[in-house]
Amino acid sequence: MKLHEVVDKLGLTVKAGQAGLDREVTGGYASDLLSDVIANAREGDIWVTLQVHENVVAVSLLAKVAAVIMVGGREPAADTALKAEAEGIPMLSTEMSTFEIVALLSDLGIRGGRRSGT
Amino acid sequence: MSSEPLFEKVFTVEGKDYIRAGSVSIEIRKILEGFGIDPETTRRVAIITYEAEINIALYAERGKLKLLVFPGEIRLEIKDKGPGIENIEMALENGYSTATAEMRELGFGAGMGLPNIERNSDEFSITSTFGEGTKLLITIKPKVGKPS
Repeated sequence: MKLHEVVDKLGLTVKAGQAGLDREVTGGYASDLLSDVIANAREGDIWVTLQVHENVVAVSLLAKVAAVIMVGGREPAADTALKAEAEGIPMLSTEMSTFEIVALLSDLGIRGGRRSGT
Repeated sequence: MSSEPLFEKVFTVEGKDYIRAGSVSIEIRKILEGFGIDPETTRRVAIITYEAEINIALYAERGKLKLLVFPGEIRLEIKDKGPGIENIEMALENGYSTATAEMRELGFGAGMGLPNIERNSDEFSITSTFGEGTKLLITIKPKVGKPS
Protein backbone atom coordinates (compact mmCIF):
# COMPACT_ATOMS: atom_id res chain seq x y z
CA MET A 1 0.00 0.00 0.00
CA LYS A 2 1.21 3.50 -0.83
CA LEU A 3 2.12 5.69 2.10
CA HIS A 4 -0.25 8.50 1.05
CA GLU A 5 -3.16 6.04 1.24
CA VAL A 6 -2.15 5.13 4.80
CA VAL A 7 -1.94 8.84 5.66
CA ASP A 8 -5.43 9.50 4.24
CA LYS A 9 -7.12 6.44 5.71
CA LEU A 10 -5.75 6.91 9.23
CA GLY A 11 -5.90 10.73 9.28
CA LEU A 12 -2.19 11.15 9.95
CA THR A 13 -0.59 14.59 9.90
CA VAL A 14 2.46 14.98 7.66
CA LYS A 15 5.09 16.95 9.61
CA ALA A 16 8.03 16.56 7.21
CA GLY A 17 9.21 14.62 4.18
CA GLN A 18 6.15 15.11 1.96
CA ALA A 19 8.36 14.07 -1.00
CA GLY A 20 8.38 10.46 0.24
CA LEU A 21 4.61 9.94 0.36
CA ASP A 22 4.50 7.81 -2.78
CA ARG A 23 6.66 5.15 -1.13
CA GLU A 24 5.30 1.64 -0.74
CA VAL A 25 4.66 0.40 2.81
CA THR A 26 5.41 -3.32 3.04
CA GLY A 27 5.23 -3.91 6.78
CA GLY A 28 5.49 -2.32 10.18
CA TYR A 29 7.53 -2.20 13.36
CA ALA A 30 6.75 -0.54 16.69
CA SER A 31 9.47 0.24 19.22
CA ASP A 32 11.03 3.11 21.15
CA LEU A 33 14.44 1.47 21.58
CA LEU A 34 16.74 2.47 18.73
CA SER A 35 18.88 -0.68 18.89
CA ASP A 36 15.74 -2.77 18.63
CA VAL A 37 14.56 -0.84 15.57
CA ILE A 38 17.92 -0.95 13.77
CA ALA A 39 18.12 -4.70 14.37
CA ASN A 40 14.55 -5.68 13.58
CA ALA A 41 12.82 -3.14 11.35
CA ARG A 42 12.94 -4.01 7.67
CA GLU A 43 13.14 -1.99 4.49
CA GLY A 44 9.70 -0.60 3.65
CA ASP A 45 8.36 -0.84 7.21
CA ILE A 46 6.37 1.96 8.77
CA TRP A 47 7.97 2.65 12.17
CA VAL A 48 5.70 3.55 15.08
CA THR A 49 7.44 5.30 18.00
CA LEU A 50 7.26 8.02 20.63
CA GLN A 51 10.84 9.16 20.00
CA VAL A 52 11.06 12.52 18.21
CA HIS A 53 14.77 13.44 18.33
CA GLU A 54 17.19 13.72 15.42
CA ASN A 55 18.59 10.20 15.69
CA VAL A 56 15.21 8.90 14.51
CA VAL A 57 16.20 10.14 11.02
CA ALA A 58 19.57 8.34 11.12
CA VAL A 59 17.90 5.09 12.18
CA SER A 60 15.23 5.54 9.49
CA LEU A 61 17.87 5.99 6.78
CA LEU A 62 19.93 3.02 7.97
CA ALA A 63 16.98 0.67 8.43
CA LYS A 64 15.40 2.03 5.23
CA VAL A 65 11.96 2.37 6.78
CA ALA A 66 9.28 3.92 4.58
CA ALA A 67 8.14 6.44 7.20
CA VAL A 68 7.87 7.19 10.92
CA ILE A 69 4.63 7.62 12.87
CA MET A 70 5.00 9.56 16.11
CA VAL A 71 2.24 8.66 18.56
CA GLY A 72 0.31 10.46 21.31
CA GLY A 73 0.30 13.78 19.47
CA ARG A 74 4.10 13.93 19.41
CA GLU A 75 5.80 15.81 16.60
CA PRO A 76 9.35 15.70 15.26
CA ALA A 77 11.77 18.08 17.00
CA ALA A 78 12.80 21.05 14.83
CA ASP A 79 16.16 19.50 13.85
CA THR A 80 14.48 16.15 13.19
CA ALA A 81 11.97 17.75 10.82
CA LEU A 82 14.71 19.64 8.95
CA LYS A 83 16.81 16.53 8.46
CA ALA A 84 13.80 14.37 7.50
CA GLU A 85 12.73 17.00 4.98
CA ALA A 86 16.23 17.04 3.44
CA GLU A 87 16.26 13.24 3.20
CA GLY A 88 12.64 12.93 2.05
CA ILE A 89 11.64 10.63 4.91
CA PRO A 90 8.03 11.24 5.92
CA MET A 91 7.50 12.10 9.58
CA LEU A 92 3.86 11.52 10.47
CA SER A 93 1.97 12.34 13.63
CA THR A 94 -1.15 10.92 15.28
CA GLU A 95 -3.03 11.62 18.50
CA MET A 96 -3.50 7.85 18.90
CA SER A 97 -1.40 5.57 21.11
CA THR A 98 0.96 2.95 19.71
CA PHE A 99 -1.56 0.19 20.42
CA GLU A 100 -4.40 2.01 18.67
CA ILE A 101 -2.44 2.96 15.55
CA VAL A 102 -0.84 -0.47 15.16
CA ALA A 103 -4.31 -2.08 15.32
CA LEU A 104 -5.52 0.23 12.55
CA LEU A 105 -2.41 -0.39 10.44
CA SER A 106 -3.04 -4.10 10.80
CA ASP A 107 -6.66 -3.59 9.64
CA LEU A 108 -5.20 -2.02 6.47
CA GLY A 109 -3.19 -5.20 5.92
CA ILE A 110 0.14 -3.79 7.13
CA ARG A 111 1.74 -6.46 9.26
CA GLY A 112 4.92 -7.26 11.13
CA GLY A 113 6.23 -10.74 11.61
CA ARG A 114 8.77 -11.17 8.82
CA ARG A 115 11.59 -11.34 11.35
CA SER A 116 14.40 -13.72 10.72
CA GLY A 117 15.79 -13.36 14.23
CA THR A 118 19.09 -12.01 12.94
CA MET B 1 43.13 -13.17 3.01
CA SER B 2 46.16 -11.30 1.75
CA SER B 3 44.72 -9.53 -1.30
CA GLU B 4 44.62 -5.76 -1.51
CA PRO B 5 41.35 -4.13 -0.46
CA LEU B 6 39.13 -2.76 -3.22
CA PHE B 7 38.38 0.16 -0.97
CA GLU B 8 39.70 1.53 2.28
CA LYS B 9 38.68 4.55 4.31
CA VAL B 10 39.10 5.79 7.87
CA PHE B 11 36.26 7.75 9.43
CA THR B 12 36.40 9.85 12.57
CA VAL B 13 33.54 9.39 15.04
CA GLU B 14 33.00 12.18 17.55
CA GLY B 15 32.09 11.41 21.13
CA LYS B 16 29.28 12.92 23.23
CA ASP B 17 26.76 14.07 20.62
CA TYR B 18 24.80 10.83 20.45
CA ILE B 19 21.59 12.48 19.23
CA ARG B 20 23.38 13.35 15.98
CA ALA B 21 25.45 10.17 15.70
CA GLY B 22 25.01 7.87 12.72
CA SER B 23 26.35 9.92 9.81
CA VAL B 24 29.39 7.67 9.30
CA SER B 25 27.11 4.61 9.07
CA ILE B 26 24.92 6.34 6.51
CA GLU B 27 28.00 7.17 4.40
CA ILE B 28 29.27 3.58 4.67
CA ARG B 29 25.88 2.18 3.63
CA LYS B 30 25.99 4.36 0.51
CA ILE B 31 29.57 3.26 -0.29
CA LEU B 32 28.66 -0.44 0.00
CA GLU B 33 25.53 0.02 -2.09
CA GLY B 34 27.77 1.67 -4.68
CA PHE B 35 29.87 -1.50 -4.77
CA GLY B 36 26.73 -3.52 -5.43
CA ILE B 37 26.96 -5.41 -2.14
CA ASP B 38 23.74 -7.36 -1.49
CA PRO B 39 20.99 -5.77 0.66
CA GLU B 40 21.24 -8.28 3.53
CA THR B 41 24.98 -7.66 3.89
CA THR B 42 24.65 -3.87 3.71
CA ARG B 43 21.92 -4.17 6.33
CA ARG B 44 24.18 -6.19 8.64
CA VAL B 45 27.02 -3.71 8.20
CA ALA B 46 24.60 -0.81 8.87
CA ILE B 47 23.53 -2.42 12.17
CA ILE B 48 27.15 -2.97 13.22
CA THR B 49 28.45 0.48 12.28
CA TYR B 50 25.43 2.24 13.80
CA GLU B 51 25.85 0.46 17.12
CA ALA B 52 29.60 1.13 17.10
CA GLU B 53 29.08 4.82 16.33
CA ILE B 54 26.43 5.14 19.04
CA ASN B 55 28.68 3.40 21.57
CA ILE B 56 31.51 5.84 20.84
CA ALA B 57 29.11 8.80 21.05
CA LEU B 58 27.56 7.54 24.31
CA TYR B 59 30.70 6.58 26.15
CA ALA B 60 33.98 7.60 24.51
CA GLU B 61 35.78 10.86 23.78
CA ARG B 62 36.29 10.03 20.14
CA GLY B 63 36.96 7.10 17.88
CA LYS B 64 38.08 5.92 14.49
CA LEU B 65 36.30 3.50 12.22
CA LYS B 66 38.22 1.90 9.37
CA LEU B 67 36.29 0.28 6.55
CA LEU B 68 38.03 -2.25 4.29
CA VAL B 69 36.18 -3.77 1.36
CA PHE B 70 37.67 -6.96 -0.10
CA PRO B 71 36.19 -9.04 -2.93
CA GLY B 72 34.67 -11.63 -0.57
CA GLU B 73 34.52 -9.81 2.76
CA ILE B 74 34.14 -6.53 4.54
CA ARG B 75 36.31 -5.66 7.51
CA LEU B 76 35.74 -3.05 10.17
CA GLU B 77 38.32 -1.86 12.67
CA ILE B 78 36.83 0.37 15.33
CA LYS B 79 38.97 1.98 17.99
CA ASP B 80 38.01 4.52 20.59
CA LYS B 81 39.73 6.62 23.19
CA GLY B 82 37.55 6.44 26.24
CA PRO B 83 36.83 4.78 29.55
CA GLY B 84 37.09 1.24 28.21
CA ILE B 85 34.80 -1.57 29.31
CA GLU B 86 35.30 -2.89 32.81
CA ASN B 87 33.55 -6.20 32.25
CA ILE B 88 33.41 -7.27 28.60
CA GLU B 89 31.53 -10.48 29.35
CA MET B 90 28.69 -8.52 30.93
CA ALA B 91 28.74 -5.88 28.17
CA LEU B 92 28.17 -8.66 25.62
CA GLU B 93 25.04 -9.79 27.46
CA ASN B 94 21.75 -8.63 26.04
CA GLY B 95 20.22 -5.98 28.31
CA TYR B 96 23.34 -5.05 30.24
CA SER B 97 24.00 -1.32 30.04
CA THR B 98 25.79 1.48 31.86
CA ALA B 99 23.75 4.18 30.10
CA THR B 100 22.38 7.17 32.00
CA ALA B 101 18.66 7.75 32.61
CA GLU B 102 18.64 10.49 29.96
CA MET B 103 20.19 8.20 27.33
CA ARG B 104 17.63 5.49 28.10
CA GLU B 105 14.71 7.88 27.98
CA LEU B 106 15.74 8.81 24.44
CA GLY B 107 15.84 5.15 23.40
CA PHE B 108 19.60 4.65 23.63
CA GLY B 109 21.48 2.37 25.99
CA ALA B 110 19.11 -0.59 25.87
CA GLY B 111 22.01 -2.99 26.35
CA MET B 112 21.63 -4.32 22.82
CA GLY B 113 24.58 -2.59 21.14
CA LEU B 114 27.42 -5.08 21.46
CA PRO B 115 25.07 -8.10 21.16
CA ASN B 116 23.72 -6.61 17.90
CA ILE B 117 27.28 -6.14 16.64
CA GLU B 118 28.34 -9.67 17.56
CA ARG B 119 25.19 -11.27 16.11
CA ASN B 120 25.65 -9.59 12.74
CA SER B 121 29.40 -10.30 12.45
CA ASP B 122 30.97 -13.42 10.96
CA GLU B 123 34.14 -12.78 12.93
CA PHE B 124 34.16 -10.58 15.99
CA SER B 125 36.79 -9.70 18.55
CA ILE B 126 36.80 -7.10 21.28
CA THR B 127 39.63 -5.88 23.44
CA SER B 128 39.35 -3.13 25.98
CA THR B 129 41.72 -1.47 28.39
CA PHE B 130 39.94 0.05 31.33
CA GLY B 131 40.64 3.78 31.35
CA GLU B 132 42.09 3.81 27.83
CA GLY B 133 39.66 2.56 25.24
CA THR B 134 38.05 -0.24 23.29
CA LYS B 135 38.90 -1.93 20.00
CA LEU B 136 36.62 -4.04 17.82
CA LEU B 137 37.75 -6.15 14.86
CA ILE B 138 34.92 -7.37 12.69
CA THR B 139 34.58 -9.35 9.48
CA ILE B 140 31.37 -9.66 7.51
CA LYS B 141 31.17 -12.16 4.69
CA PRO B 142 28.45 -11.52 2.13
CA LYS B 143 26.15 -14.53 1.84
CA VAL B 144 25.48 -13.73 -1.78
CA GLY B 145 28.24 -13.06 -4.26
CA LYS B 146 31.46 -14.55 -5.40
CA PRO B 147 34.02 -15.69 -2.88
CA SER B 148 37.38 -14.03 -3.36
